[in-house]
Amino acid sequence: MANALTLLMLVALPFVAALAIALLHGANRAVHSGLAAAASTGGLALLATLAAPVISGDVPSASWAWVPALGLDLTLMVDPLGLMFAGLILGIGLLVVIFGHFYLDANEATGRFFASLMLFQGAMLGIVIAGNVLLLLVFWEMTSLASFLLIGFWKHKAEARQGARMALAVTGGGGLALIGGMVLLGSVAGSFDLATILERGDLVRASPLYPAALALILLGCFTKSAQFPFHFWLPHAMAAPTPVSAYLHSATMVKAGVFLLARLWPVLAGTELYTVIVTTVGLTTMIFGAVVALFRHDLKSILAYSTISQLGMLVMLLGFSLEAAALAAVLHILNHAAFKAALFMSAGIVEHETGTRDIRRLGGLAKAMPTAALVATLAAASMAGLPPLGGFISKELMLYETPKLALYGLPWLLPVLATLGATFSVGYSLRLAVHLFFGQPREADPFARAHDPGPGMWAAPAFLTLLAVLLGLIPMLLAGPLVGAVTAAVIGGPAPDFDLALWHGVNLALILSLLAVAGGALLLWQHRPLLAVWESAVLPDAKRLFERTLTFADTWVRKAIVATHTPSLQRMLLMSFAVIVLLIIDGAQAGGVLTGDRTRLPAQPIAIVAWVLLIAATAAVVNDSRNRLRVLIYISVIGLIVSLAFVQFSAPDLALTQISVEVVTILLLLLALNLLPKSPPLLSSIPRKWRDGALAVSGGVLIGGIAWAMLTRDPGPSIAAYHLANAKSGGGGTNVVNVILVDFRAFDTLGEIIVLGIAGLGIFALLDSTAVGAAGARLRAWREDMTHSPERHPIMLVVASRIVLPLTLTVGIYLFLRGHNQPGGGFISALVVAIAFLVQYLAAGFDWSNARKRFGEHQLIAWGVLTAMATGLGAVVFGANFLTSAFGYFYLPLIGKFELATAMLFDTGVFLTVFGAVMLALAQLSHIAQRAARAHAARQAGEGEA
Amino acid sequence: MSYEFLLASAIGVLVAGGIFLALRARTFQVVLGLTLFSYAVNLFLFASGRLVMGRPPIWDKAVSEYADPLPQALVLTAIVITFGMTAFVVILALRSFLETGSDHVDGDTVSCDAQDGLANTCDDDGEEENP
Repeated sequence: MANALTLLMLVALPFVAALAIALLHGANRAVHSGLAAAASTGGLALLATLAAPVISGDVPSASWAWVPALGLDLTLMVDPLGLMFAGLILGIGLLVVIFGHFYLDANEATGRFFASLMLFQGAMLGIVIAGNVLLLLVFWEMTSLASFLLIGFWKHKAEARQGARMALAVTGGGGLALIGGMVLLGSVAGSFDLATILERGDLVRASPLYPAALALILLGCFTKSAQFPFHFWLPHAMAAPTPVSAYLHSATMVKAGVFLLARLWPVLAGTELYTVIVTTVGLTTMIFGAVVALFRHDLKSILAYSTISQLGMLVMLLGFSLEAAALAAVLHILNHAAFKAALFMSAGIVEHETGTRDIRRLGGLAKAMPTAALVATLAAASMAGLPPLGGFISKELMLYETPKLALYGLPWLLPVLATLGATFSVGYSLRLAVHLFFGQPREADPFARAHDPGPGMWAAPAFLTLLAVLLGLIPMLLAGPLVGAVTAAVIGGPAPDFDLALWHGVNLALILSLLAVAGGALLLWQHRPLLAVWESAVLPDAKRLFERTLTFADTWVRKAIVATHTPSLQRMLLMSFAVIVLLIIDGAQAGGVLTGDRTRLPAQPIAIVAWVLLIAATAAVVNDSRNRLRVLIYISVIGLIVSLAFVQFSAPDLALTQISVEVVTILLLLLALNLLPKSPPLLSSIPRKWRDGALAVSGGVLIGGIAWAMLTRDPGPSIAAYHLANAKSGGGGTNVVNVILVDFRAFDTLGEIIVLGIAGLGIFALLDSTAVGAAGARLRAWREDMTHSPERHPIMLVVASRIVLPLTLTVGIYLFLRGHNQPGGGFISALVVAIAFLVQYLAAGFDWSNARKRFGEHQLIAWGVLTAMATGLGAVVFGANFLTSAFGYFYLPLIGKFELATAMLFDTGVFLTVFGAVMLALAQLSHIAQRAARAHAARQAGEGEA
Repeated sequence: MSYEFLLASAIGVLVAGGIFLALRARTFQVVLGLTLFSYAVNLFLFASGRLVMGRPPIWDKAVSEYADPLPQALVLTAIVITFGMTAFVVILALRSFLETGSDHVDGDTVSCDAQDGLANTCDDDGEEENP
């Protein structure tokens, strides 16, 4: 358990620090860097407690279920591989924090900087100690995001923004592929637990899904580790502050891909496919990066391409699928982290002190800044692979392995090309050191400013360089046990025997190494003519290619959208209806009789008259849809007949609801019509009418047929019996429909009143902003085109409506109170009360009514929803399920026995929301109409005076 | 004629009218189409409880047979939601008219050709409305 806590704290500490720094963003630089340094130191201390047992073979792990249904557990484990990476992340992190403290100006946004840096540190730690591949993916994505934030730290610079976006696009895209690959891997292995997957390598490699999983995972690794052809984001990521480049883009994040390759080595490596792809990509990247690095002039750009090259070498070594090559990779990861971070910091120092990073303007700096020159030169020598430094040993090991693998069946291919890559590596490393620190200063100005920085800045790179030196001088003592343990963890078995030393006698590797050094020196000597050749060659610019690809994708995606998603409602509706009709026809192919054998109810003559009226009214709506006032009358006829049907077929609640909704709807349409254009609509073309008509008729016949088939059959077993049996005893009401609404299915009702409330608020939002812009202009230009009664507010109507108001309200309250037992309830009563108020608007006008209104519709909606929810939560307080109702009977003198139910409270919420939403929609609409009419009247008055 | 036939045929007629109007080009006609369609859908849902006369689902000791209350409860809220939807669509149509000066459901068809890259969507639909 102690281990579990240690692991959790290890991964949580950077996130806590990030949060703390972000909260204290106003504090000064020292607070930010102090917190970050403390978190890194704390992490290192925690890791130190684990180091000894892990190296001796213990694997502390802990697991908490997170989303068990997906197989996603919060599993953390530290094995030697994780330990080494965690050490790098925290150790270099600490050095970078110290360096960054002195590098960044005190008035920069250091809070944001160190918070992002800690966010990254936490994410990266998460990757290396995740024991579940899905968890690993979560942290993987987080590193891409943190990298985005850090590259774009100087957000005022265009190249920072572009670099950040490019890095996110490439690594994020690779991350997507990786998700697919991991899911495939997990499903093949039968588990997302890393330890389990690592044991099932044979199963995975034998699976037919192995190539797909491999390709996707490699895509993720290659994009993250900037492998050719996905390398191009890394040089552009150099727009980040130098501490970030040193940390993310050389020592840690770009190694995440290498880490994952190493992590999954026992599962993925060993097949022909794996070896060919990974070795080829790594080799290509190694040579490509080295060649480009030789001809760059920006210090950070040189280092970026050298990083690409070195990462290529690591990938290639892992691609060999040889245990000794894996060992070489492990050692080189350590070496590279040490010398490359030191070099980046040195580049930062040079820029800081001279004001430029252009190597063509610098030179001879050893005289002006001897300490920095010593540090950087030693680090560059390690990068070149010169003895007696660490880089020499790992490069030797690499060259020693190359003849063992006959790539493409050619045994000489790998040694030759690897030596070529090594040659260029020596070349750019020598050039970096020699052109920067030796010879004569090329320009006077940067040289004149140059001097050694304070120890705060050179301490961190000096420490790393010291490590690089010691890795060469005392490799077995310093790193022997660690490298052995890590290699064992990578290959999933005992590590091969090894002896890290500078001198192994004269062998092929030494000869190749000497060749590389000699070639590198030659390249440096002949740099000027070579550069001329390089610069005269026309080379594709990766950034422009990337942007062109983006534009290309953008164009075609747009075209595809336009082709499949026509922005035409008519077209979409036509397609939808046609598809539905075709689906029904397809279903009808199954056969069977149309008419069932349920006893039918003979229709009374009056019902047939109503039916004829309904059909005639529908026909009139369709035929006469241009005369809007008449159409509304036809619509209300249909609504009335539908209400009567509800009465006839034992649904009094529905009839009441329908008839009151009808009134409100017609009022709404009247108001809207007044504002919509009245010019008669253009006629559709005849063929189009026929087409739509045919579709409409077939739709009508089919739906009518289904209704007929359903109505003439007896229903299957229904849950209605339960509702009927329990309404009185369980819900305390005899009106089963209402009990269903406020009790059995109250959760549905809650959702529906919320929807209604949102619709009301949406209407408000749509209308509230019509006063401005084009809409406002059109509204003010609106012309009254219907003849009005000379009396705007007929006195009879006004008086009658005021008398009716209290009566209607009484009816509303009555309907509400009896709703639980008799037809009525919150919905109906809200509509009736709304109509009572709307009649006031109608009769006395908007201004008069609005001035006397004592409620706010927004508040009504809010209180309604809150009341309904509070009722439901009240049940939870009493230990029952959400929205469980309770009721009881009480006695009052004079009134006698009466019932109180919490359902009534819920129904109050329904009432308030429905009332509020209806009033909001109509009052707001009439407010707009009022404004338009007033503008019209004012204009007319003005014209009259003129 | 049976009530079942009357109701089924009425639903069919309302659906046909609704589809036809929903495919028209002007917003108000589409609103009318949706209204007709809503009547049809509500009646159809209600019909799934079958037709029963004189036995409203008001519980009583003396009664043992009722109309199915569940479709009624569903339709009751559906009617209210239909109002909310109609109101929203009407206001949306109004706002769109106020913003663009056109009450065509797909916006102003005249400016269709001017829209860069979208011109190919204005095929037959663009010229379907003959003055």
